[in-house]
Parts: sequence; C-alpha cells; structure tokens
Amino acid sequence: MSKPDAYIEIKPTASLFNFRIGELIQYRYLLFLFVRRDFITIYKQTILGPLWHILQPLVTTLIFTAVFGLFARIPHDGIPPVLFYLSGMIMWAYFAACLNKTSATFLSNASIFGKVYFPRITVPLASVISSLLSFCIQLILLAIIAFIYRNSISVQPTLLLLPVFVVLVAAIGFGFGIIVSSLTTKYRDLSYAMTFGVQLWMYATPVIYPLSIVPAKFRIISKLNPLTSIIEGFRYSITGKGTFLWHNFIYTVVFALVIVFVGMVLFNRTERDFMDTV
Amino acid sequence: MKKAVEISNVSKMYHLGEFSSSTIKDDLSRWWQRMRGKGDPMKQLAAGNQQQDKIHWALRNVSFDVKEGEVLGIIGKNGAGKSTLLKIISRVTAPTSGSIKIHGRIASLLEVGTGFHPDLSGRENIYQNGAILGMQKAEIDRKLDEIIDFSGVERFIDTPVKRYSSGMYVRLAFAVAAHLEPEILIVDEVLAVGDVEFQKKCLGKISDISTGQGRTVIFVSHNMTAVQSLCSSAVLLKGGALQSIGKTADIINDYLNIYSEIPSSKLWTEDDGPGNDKVTFRHVRIIPEGLLTVEDEIAVDFSFNSYMTTGHVNISLHLYTLRGDLVFATVSPQQNAVTALMHFTCIIPGNFLNDETYLVTIMVVNEAKAAYVFEEALKFEVNEVPRESGWLGKWPGLIRPTFEWKVSKSEG
Repeated sequence: MSKPDAYIEIKPTASLFNFRIGELIQYRYLLFLFVRRDFITIYKQTILGPLWHILQPLVTTLIFTAVFGLFARIPHDGIPPVLFYLSGMIMWAYFAACLNKTSATFLSNASIFGKVYFPRITVPLASVISSLLSFCIQLILLAIIAFIYRNSISVQPTLLLLPVFVVLVAAIGFGFGIIVSSLTTKYRDLSYAMTFGVQLWMYATPVIYPLSIVPAKFRIISKLNPLTSIIEGFRYSITGKGTFLWHNFIYTVVFALVIVFVGMVLFNRTERDFMDTV
Repeated sequence: MKKAVEISNVSKMYHLGEFSSSTIKDDLSRWWQRMRGKGDPMKQLAAGNQQQDKIHWALRNVSFDVKEGEVLGIIGKNGAGKSTLLKIISRVTAPTSGSIKIHGRIASLLEVGTGFHPDLSGRENIYQNGAILGMQKAEIDRKLDEIIDFSGVERFIDTPVKRYSSGMYVRLAFAVAAHLEPEILIVDEVLAVGDVEFQKKCLGKISDISTGQGRTVIFVSHNMTAVQSLCSSAVLLKGGALQSIGKTADIINDYLNIYSEIPSSKLWTEDDGPGNDKVTFRHVRIIPEGLLTVEDEIAVDFSFNSYMTTGHVNISLHLYTLRGDLVFATVSPQQNAVTALMHFTCIIPGNFLNDETYLVTIMVVNEAKAAYVFEEALKFEVNEVPRESGWLGKWPGLIRPTFEWKVSKSEG
C-alpha cells in the first residue's frame, strides 16, 4: 500500500544542482499520464482527430513550396521542393512545439502548482514527449514522400544520427523553454516576446532556404545558431544534398548540454517559490 | 508516539512591490489572496490599507510537532499565517528560514477537484489525481472500484468531467481524495465549499481517516465548531507567530480571547479611520450602549467618508459568531455615489439573536464590487434574560427568533 519510509525535509535552500532524478522516477506514472493527456486533449472534439498532426505540416509545406519555391524562387540545393520544405518544417515544428509549450509551464499551471506538490519538471517533460509523438507521425509522412522521390535523392549513413538530431532538437527547445518559463514568472513581457521571437528564429534558421545561399559573411552567424547543423544535417542525411560538418554538429551537442543544464538550474530555483511572485 | 511532522523555526518573508512587471497591482492582489489564505476578493481588498511595508513576515519562527495519528487544528484570524504554513508543509512554496521534516506521504484536500482536467473522463481523472500524489498505476487500480462506488457517478465515469454537474464533480473529487490514503492529510477550509450534506460527509471521512486508520490530519478552519469536534489538539497562530499549542478546548478559548480587543463603539478623525482611497470610516457603534439582552432591538450604526463618484453604493453587513459561523448577511438600499459623509444604521429586531457574542463585518459595495471591507468592525454580546419556562440552559441555534405560532386544540 503506502510507503511508511517516505521522508522529506523542507529547507529554505536546496542545492540547485540536485535535479532529483529519483523523485522523477517515482512519479513516472504521472509523467506517462501527462503525456497521454497532452496528446489526447489536442484532438478531442475535433473531426479529423489525429489527422491534424499530418495536415498541419503538409499544408504549411505546400504553402511554402508555392510561395518560396514557385514565386520567390528560393533554390533548394536541387532537392525536390516538397521534400525540402517538409523535412525542414517538421524538424522546426518539433523544436517550436517544445519551446512554446514548455515556456508556458509556470504561468499556465500556476493554479495547480499553487495547491499541490509534484515534481514540476514532469509538465514540460511531458510536453516534449507528447510533441515527439506527433513528430513521429509526421516523420512517417516524410518517409512516404521520400520514398516517392527515391530516384532523385540518396540517403546518407548520417541518417543513423536521426535519433540524436531529435534528442538535440528536443533538448534545445526544452532548455530554452524552461529558461523562459522561469523568467516569465517575474517578467511577463517575455511571454509576448516569445511568440515572434520563435518566428524570427525560424527565419534565422535554414528552414525555408538552404545554408548554401547564405552569403559568406553571414554564414558564421548562421552556424552559431545551434539548429542550423541539425536541420541541414537532417536534410543531408535524407537527400545527400546540403551541408553536414562534424564540428558544427559537436557545437550543437555542447550547446544543447549547456542550455539544458542552465535551464534545469533556473527551473529548480524558480519552482521553489515562484508561487510568491507569479 | 512517533512524530509525523516536525516544524522547526519556520519563517516566511514576502516582498511587497519588488517586481517590476506591468501587472504589479495584479501581483499584489493575488499575493494578498494567497497570504490571507483563500481567493476571497473581499478579504483581498480589506488588506489594502496595510501595504505600506516593503517586507512582510507571514510566519515568524514557528515551531511545533504533529504526532502520528493526531488530528491537529490550526486556527487564527485572517492573515495569521495559517495558509502560508500549509503551503510550506505541502511544498507549494519554500520557507525563508527554518525547516520541516515530514515522515510519510502528504496529500492536500485544499480544494476539491484540484488537478482535475475538464477534457478527461472521470476515470482518467482518478488516475491522474492519484499519480499527482505519487502513486503508481497498480495502487490506483486497487482503489478504483471503491472510489467509483463511493462517488456514485459510475454511469458517467467515462464522460469528460466538464459535463458533470457541480455536485457530481465534488462527489468524485472527494471520493478520490478520501481514498488515496496518504499518511498525512492536509485539509484547508473544505467546509467553505459544498452543501451541508457534503460537509458532513467530509467531516465524517476525516474523523474516520484519523481514528479508524491512524493517519495524521492537519485541519485548518475558521469554524471553531468543526475544529472542536474533529481535533484532539490545536495550534493558535497570531500575526505569523505561534501563540499557543495544546488541547483544542483551551486553544479555542485563547482564540476567542483575541477578539476581546474589538470594541463595541469607536470614533475616528478624518485621517485615521480604517479605509482606503474610496472609503474612510468615521465611526462605528452598537446602540444601545451597555448590557444587551436577547429582547433588545440592536442598531449597528456607522458612518464613513465616501470618495466614490460612479454608480451606486450600498452596504452588505455580515454578522458572525466568534466561532466563525455566518449568522446572516443583509444588504442596505442603494444610494447614488457622491463624495459625502454617509451614515447607515442597520436595525436588528429584538427577540431575534441568541445568547452569543457576535462580530460585525461591514462591506462597502460600489458598482457590484467590494470597495472596502471592514472586517470585524464591531463586537457585541447579547445576554440571556430569565425565561418563561425557567430553564437556564443555552438555547441551541445561531439565532433565537420569536415567531408567530398558531396553536389549536380539538377534542377527540
């Protein structure tokens, strides 16, 4: 039944570097339920249901193909346009979902956080995992389209890195998200800045254009963007066209580790008494 | 006996006006809401005149232990720090200094339905609520039938809870909280919600949990009657500090004594009356002065400078017993809001109130919102008179009205 040995001590300051992984394991069932809830409630009371997970990137891709490909004639490294935009889109969409959802953690859950304790980190973690499910659905769509275009692309061995790409995207989105969520408890402006910040970030990332058309003097900035190497690398892995450089990839890995660590520390700090300031 | 909770030197400090967000006003009012323990907007406004200090100590060096299997009542006036203490014990916020050791799993019955998701079905919400308490699936599986059975909503258990009637919602929420069997249950003002039947069920279950299952219960309430009937011992907080701890009856006496400071008449000058930018009280008094009996007509008489200029102004007058039971609330006729000295007198008829000590709270209402709430503005004591029957015992009931009776006899 219950565990009589459950013991906790509440102190004013706890170590910021104690991420309480054990507690998270204890609450794994809650995490699972949150993931299911996030995933299910998205399409409850919708007609198309889970189909929305596919429809959204598909329509966006078609619009991008028309606007940027046909009208603006932005080159795509010779990759079939639909494949080019879709591959960039779903990777970016996953990142944006992780970032947007986790960045609202404290504010949108203030009422429940204010009444009952459970490890707060389960909420943003659940967002990242539930968004992963819709990413996977979209990945299947991408695989089908890639299969259709199989003659004009060549899949690279770096495709084996796909799980790593995904984890990196999730980690960076999650890291930035919990940093923003921690800061918005005090500075509400940030949540407004977020909305268009994410949009600007997309245009700074080779999602709708290839890295190869970025002028040489801006390329360094483009490469400082940790998502550049992932999106370019992902495209390269599928089509064999584009840029994939190991040192850029390593940079992204280090960046992700740092951002998650900083995020966790800040999150730890905030969850202790954000109820007093929110 | 083993200790379930050890609280040592806990203090909690709040900053006022520190955050430069655009919604400082909002922050403050919400902060007060939490400080004062519940989402009562009237209470929130009442605090308006105390916001000069930049730092506020909601708790100061509070230390006491809660023994295993004990039902401990925490009592105190609004703003005494009860809810802040509960928030710290339930790990919603951290103390500024001091520490608390907790042996066992804690669950709060703070507000029924906390953590329910409207789009999920009743069954899914049972699981989610259990998981929030740190339970695993198997544990909840075992309790599921019992919970559904107790709630009486089995026909709708797979319907999203947003379609539930409020009664069903409350029943399910309570069933979940009552069956999840934490070692330490925190109950905060649950009596403020729900109907009488629900309250009874709640209280019954609480005493069942403690006496029957030997679990620890920490119970916070303004209702001394409930505290007395449930709690074996109690803690009195005053101004954030521990005032006394001991047997429930003694502590309730201490609590009632706090009210001896409240006068039955008071006058202020233009500047020093209680109030805010809309209202400044000038006088409050009970007429007649001196000893009041149950037969006397009693007038609550007060005046205030009103600075409200839009809409209508009226008064909502609330009468409480010292034990925290609301006897009645009565509303004055509406007046046009103009800058003026407004004078009100509310007449409570004779042969209506019981042999009790009563507290008056005056709420000034402007445009359907509380402009200022003068809590515990007045206190008066109503005394017994010799009765026809000669019986001297205390009459039951919050009031003791004399109603018209019709009596007839028929030979048969």
